[in-house]
Amino acid sequence: MATIQELKRIASQVRRDIIRQVHYADSGHPGGSLGCADFLTALYFEVMHHDPKFNMKAEGEDVFFLSNGHISPVWYSVLARSGYFPVEELATFRKLNSRVQGHPATHEGLPGIRVASGSLGQGMSVAIGMALAKKMNSDKKLVFVLTGDGELQEGQNWEAIMFAAHNKIDNLIVTVDYNGQQIDGSTEQVLSLGNLAAKWAAFGWDVMEIQGNDMEHLVKNLNIAKAKTGQGKPIVILMHTEMGYGVDYMMGSHKWHGKAPDAALTEKALAQLEETLGDYPYPYQGKLYSH
Amino acid sequence: MLDKLVSTGKNSTRDGFGVGIYELAKQNPDVVALTADLAGSLRLDDFIKDFPDRFIQVGIAEANMIGLASGLSIGGKIPYATTFANFATGRVYDQIRQSVAYSHKNVKICASHAGVTLGEDGATHQILEDLGMMKMLPGFTVINPCDFEQTRQATLAIAEHYGPVYLRFGRPSWPIFTEPFKFEIGKAILMSEGTDVSIFATGHLMWNAIEAAKKLAAEGISCELINIHTIKPLDEEAILDSVSKTRAVVTAEEHQMYGGLGSSIAQLLARKIPTPMEMVAVNDSFGESGTPIELLTKYGLGVSDVVTAIKKVLARK
Repeated sequence: MATIQELKRIASQVRRDIIRQVHYADSGHPGGSLGCADFLTALYFEVMHHDPKFNMKAEGEDVFFLSNGHISPVWYSVLARSGYFPVEELATFRKLNSRVQGHPATHEGLPGIRVASGSLGQGMSVAIGMALAKKMNSDKKLVFVLTGDGELQEGQNWEAIMFAAHNKIDNLIVTVDYNGQQIDGSTEQVLSLGNLAAKWAAFGWDVMEIQGNDMEHLVKNLNIAKAKTGQGKPIVILMHTEMGYGVDYMMGSHKWHGKAPDAALTEKALAQLEETLGDYPYPYQGKLYSH
Repeated sequence: MLDKLVSTGKNSTRDGFGVGIYELAKQNPDVVALTADLAGSLRLDDFIKDFPDRFIQVGIAEANMIGLASGLSIGGKIPYATTFANFATGRVYDQIRQSVAYSHKNVKICASHAGVTLGEDGATHQILEDLGMMKMLPGFTVINPCDFEQTRQATLAIAEHYGPVYLRFGRPSWPIFTEPFKFEIGKAILMSEGTDVSIFATGHLMWNAIEAAKKLAAEGISCELINIHTIKPLDEEAILDSVSKTRAVVTAEEHQMYGGLGSSIAQLLARKIPTPMEMVAVNDSFGESGTPIELLTKYGLGVSDVVTAIKKVLARK
């Protein structure tokens, strides 16, 4: 059990890891990663029961899937900081001969990843498949999946949403990163999502709406969501986040969706984020992955 | 050997799948079946009756089905995702590429109604590009059995192989002739030895190749008949052994000429033993409505087309 204060300190380091990964790779997606840093920290350091001695089948463990794979820097940081792989490997993000690929992948065997993601709209289906397997295996643990809000423009999600309600997949908690932004602008401008809460409810889901950048509120509500499982309905959390949260010049805009900060802006970002667990060294000195 | 290749009855390859998966389900509790509103067409009735808890009806939502299958495999199941070949491949290619192939999941994509022998439904459903698409995916095993019995055996065998598999079969009632032959993934079957020309055939066209070889035997032409049920990985050794003896090749498949079995073998021979070669396949065209036999004839896949191709290649030898 971590205290709220401890979780906040971890999230601060996770945000530093995000900025540094993206800066050193000179590419990647900092905006959404920063917005979801609190959520993923809460999941991996408090809410989920999981074992960093990675086991693909996850028998007796809660599992997490990242459908919006482009926010990989936040997931990599949280996985490394919880012991799935050496933190030093974050320095290889998006580089040749690395396990830390641009988008999450199983191909290089990075512990903690169970399926590739990045081509959007697929993660929820995979998570539901895993939830079905858990039910067949009489495994009471839960399946979590995070999806972007713009990602809901992909039709496959709505196939999955219909399926999960019809089949009473009640060991599943879907979270939507509800930041209202996508690459080309706001979701409102690009393709309006309409009344998301009403849409999910109409499909037969138990809908929660929460704030995603307030650790205390987040942990409390994720535990409420867990308590709602096993009651015949899949659960969705519409989680309001701010893209770029924690770095002033990245907040309130879609412009940092997929762009890396230069050296000066990296300095400026890191000055706003306390180093709590120690930065990983750069460049990487360890063993590289090779095909 | 050639006169021993006779039809012992008729049934469809999809029925071979239905019998196979039912048999398999009794042996292996990890096997689950999914379908996208085509349980009857895929002959899953017995499976559903006796193993209802291991059957997942997905509805008309193939993209979701592929994702579900990937997730089920993560949880240790062996999912057989079933629908028509068109909806099992082209419609969901990116889902297969990312969630199954790149992620190296133990998913079996089992696709019926492939090719023009689907018949009257017409070109919307008659996919002729699926073998090409699926063999392009790194790590995928691609299998196109030729009759009821081989499909039954293949359905059982793919459960023993860890990794993504595409199993392609069809709708029409078709001669059964492989009972003496054991199916093994990646192992070509020498059905009849010959000296003048090697015929490599897959799927329904294996039977047409047999009939063509019998016709030519009467004219004194000796055909070596080899069944390539596994398009990938290709049994290169068996192909090269035969070709180094006959020095002439005909391939036969119910698929586009671009990207199918013929092109795989041409790539191999161009690198190892350049050889005169003719391909019996659909030549850059869509199909249309008609009976299976009418369509095979019109689109150049009939017995006489195989005969013509053999004579042509022998003239080039």
